[in-house]
Amino acid sequence: MSRQQPEQQAPPVQRLRIRYAKRGRLRFTSHRDVSRAIERAVVRAEIPMAYSSGFHPHPRISYAGAAPTGAASESEYVELGLAAVRDPAEVGAALDAALPDGLDVVAVVDAATSLEGSLSDLLTASRWQIDLGDLAVEVVAPAVQAFLAAESVTVERMTKKGLRSFDCRAAVARMDVVDGSVGAALDLLLAHTVPAVRPDDVLTGLRETGALATPATALLTRAAQGVLDRDTGTIGDPLEAR
Amino acid sequence: MSAASVESVFPRLEPHLLSVSKPIQYVGGELNMVTKDWDCAAASEDGGPTVRWALMYPDAYEVGLPNQGVQILYEVLNERDWILAERTYAVWPDMEKVLREQGIPQFTVDSHRPVGAFDLFGISFSTELGYTNLLTALDLAGIPLHAVDRDETHPVVVAGGHAAFNPEPIADFVDAAVLGDGEEVVLKISEVVREWKGEGSPGGRIELLRRLAVSGTVYVPRFYDAEYDADGMLVAVVPNHAEAPVRVRKHTLMDLDQWPYPRNPLVPLAETVHERFSVEIFRGCTRGCRFCQAGMITRPVRERSIETIGAMVDNGIKKTGFEEVGLLSLSSADHTEIGDVASGLADRYEGSNVSLSLPSTRVDAFNITLANEFSRNGRRSGLTFAPEGGSERMRKVINKMVSEDDLIRTVATAYSHGWRQVKLYFMCGLPTETDEDVLQIADLAKRVIATGREVSGRNDIRCTVSIGGFVPKPHTPFQWASQLDPTTTDERLRKLRDTVREDKRYGRAIGFRYHDGQPGQIEGLLSRGDRRVGRIIEQVWRDGGRFDGWSEHFSYERWAAAAETALAGTGVDLDWFTTRERGYDEVLPWDHLDSGLDKDWLWADWEDALAAADGQDIEVEDCRWTPCYDCGVCPEMGTEIQIGPTGQKLLPLSVV
Repeated sequence: MSRQQPEQQAPPVQRLRIRYAKRGRLRFTSHRDVSRAIERAVVRAEIPMAYSSGFHPHPRISYAGAAPTGAASESEYVELGLAAVRDPAEVGAALDAALPDGLDVVAVVDAATSLEGSLSDLLTASRWQIDLGDLAVEVVAPAVQAFLAAESVTVERMTKKGLRSFDCRAAVARMDVVDGSVGAALDLLLAHTVPAVRPDDVLTGLRETGALATPATALLTRAAQGVLDRDTGTIGDPLEAR
Repeated sequence: MSAASVESVFPRLEPHLLSVSKPIQYVGGELNMVTKDWDCAAASEDGGPTVRWALMYPDAYEVGLPNQGVQILYEVLNERDWILAERTYAVWPDMEKVLREQGIPQFTVDSHRPVGAFDLFGISFSTELGYTNLLTALDLAGIPLHAVDRDETHPVVVAGGHAAFNPEPIADFVDAAVLGDGEEVVLKISEVVREWKGEGSPGGRIELLRRLAVSGTVYVPRFYDAEYDADGMLVAVVPNHAEAPVRVRKHTLMDLDQWPYPRNPLVPLAETVHERFSVEIFRGCTRGCRFCQAGMITRPVRERSIETIGAMVDNGIKKTGFEEVGLLSLSSADHTEIGDVASGLADRYEGSNVSLSLPSTRVDAFNITLANEFSRNGRRSGLTFAPEGGSERMRKVINKMVSEDDLIRTVATAYSHGWRQVKLYFMCGLPTETDEDVLQIADLAKRVIATGREVSGRNDIRCTVSIGGFVPKPHTPFQWASQLDPTTTDERLRKLRDTVREDKRYGRAIGFRYHDGQPGQIEGLLSRGDRRVGRIIEQVWRDGGRFDGWSEHFSYERWAAAAETALAGTGVDLDWFTTRERGYDEVLPWDHLDSGLDKDWLWADWEDALAAADGQDIEVEDCRWTPCYDCGVCPEMGTEIQIGPTGQKLLPLSVV
């Protein structure tokens, strides 16, 4: 007997789109940690997953727009490919029960009845809440004004390919100063661009344009993620019905 | 020990978590984690005081979390409503720096409580290379390094695990050590602590330690004195306390079916070294490999029945969501019903994505049959065998009898069944070994490749040779042996590597993995050391030594320098502890610790090894299938071999 080719797996018969939250201490999970947790949870929840073909079949799970390690989120998305049709709400409840506390299922829809387009097409912007610790609103406001007044704000970040510099202003669709836990917080609407501009890049930008001493490790929370409407400065729900 | 409640350090820790690598390892929150009130006993049936354990695996979280021992004890303890058990792991140097700068103590990952606030601090040592991490944890916890400097406000520090069979090198740093299986003894210790606390902690710490020591099953080093003669030879380790037993015995858990743990295995969020769920199918091994400490100190063999194994696998998959299940033991194919276990499980999970693996298998064609069962889904990745000795002579010396022809037949079967990669484990530095013995590994590997190419008709056959340096361990027939020095070890391995590479027909098909000899010598020092080695450990730690099991952190120079300073004036040195052969009359530092093995039997077995080295045909067979050969364990410990077959078969699981 020599090598056998593995069996080809059937494509999924149902795709469920799930919004979940990353809360509390689980904000320190990386994207890979979350994928492992979800892969195990679908087994525990006995969800009839469709599997990929090959010698190492994996459950068909696709992720889009994962929040960085350390950021909390109320709006993360994942799509499950199922081998049998199930009630989305029941799958959501079973998955939620199988996930550790802090990874919480918020909403589940059938991709066939929700907005058209792939998840990544529908996730074009994020709304971030950035807690600035004890920085006062009066101190933060002028810096934000200066930032928004600028045409472009070039910042540098160390990436795997070395130090890169890029503009972080264009991706900012809106930025307001609001009350935080102690002092001020930012309510930031950030478009998903290439190269990606992250919330901490905007903090770096504020440091440069407004000389604002932003904390090195501010508490980030993604409040929403979805379809950007630049005209109204809002984000649409990617799980909305067709 | 603890006030009414203790605060979580998490709020103080959280702002710094993004400044350290892999913060997820410090936050806990694993699936099946237990959180309890600090005073959980208040709500229990009997009321009374809560007994609190902080359990540590003294390595990084990614290594420590999957450890079965800690997971089992965590669960056994937390099942009692009057006991609280939480876990802590070694923090990496970047986190150590944060903790020191911020004044945050060593904490548990479950509820982020300070380790120093617990009643008991239990550390499980699978390897001696975790000793420096113990010191870091003690120091960060605010617990004095030396047991004699502690008072009632500090936890009782208890060492366990295989390395605790010679705890003398850490005797200054631990309050107690426990030998053998932990499931029952942690409960006994908890009861002693509960009673003592319930009485209002009479007599303070010393009285508590006395109560533990008189039980005969907890070793309290401070109640013993080690004496040396003018040359630095150990004369005796004797009790200095009237009630301390002369010898302290190991614990043996019988009837493993009654203890099917872990029942609620922890599933980490962080990536760890073992991404699978493991079921221990039996404990103990009596194959009699002379180098193997685990096989000597865990006797006799106690099997779990096929039905319990089936139930544990089923439960584990449901509770964890892991799709890979390992059937764990020291020699898994030796389970009396392994064939039925394998086919029964393979039937149950046929068509699912559950995969089964059988680590620790012997060189035996039967294992290919098992491996075929475990890979019905067509996955034929790699098979691992451990002949351990490169030459047939060496294999006789270590009493791991497998002829070269057997080995070749086994791998031929593997390759003809679709496997293309075989991994072979060997040791270098075994007693009486010469260059020639080790060079035979190259011939063996070449024959493996040639055979593989022939039977499979393919050219992409691979064989990986992994070689570890032999470290003589206490409570084994090789406890008297001289350890090969690092220079000769490295030279021998270099010669082997060159021999493998020289041959262009095979060189590329043979992978070669080995470790330098130096860390092995330090492991040897810590394995067979006495109380004087404690000073070396402390010096190394003060010089910055951490994570000695990790090559990027280990420094031989630091250890060698510390050994020279710390042993100055004792008459002994690093070589004395490692490369020196011991004699029959020598008092060994662990002689007062009873593993059940008769020292005279061990010596006779050592002499048999040397006779086998000279060509005599002596083989010690397994007492599971041949008459007892009087190693001493069963009568000394009052235990017996517990094996099947039960004759039961696994039934299909009801369809979900």
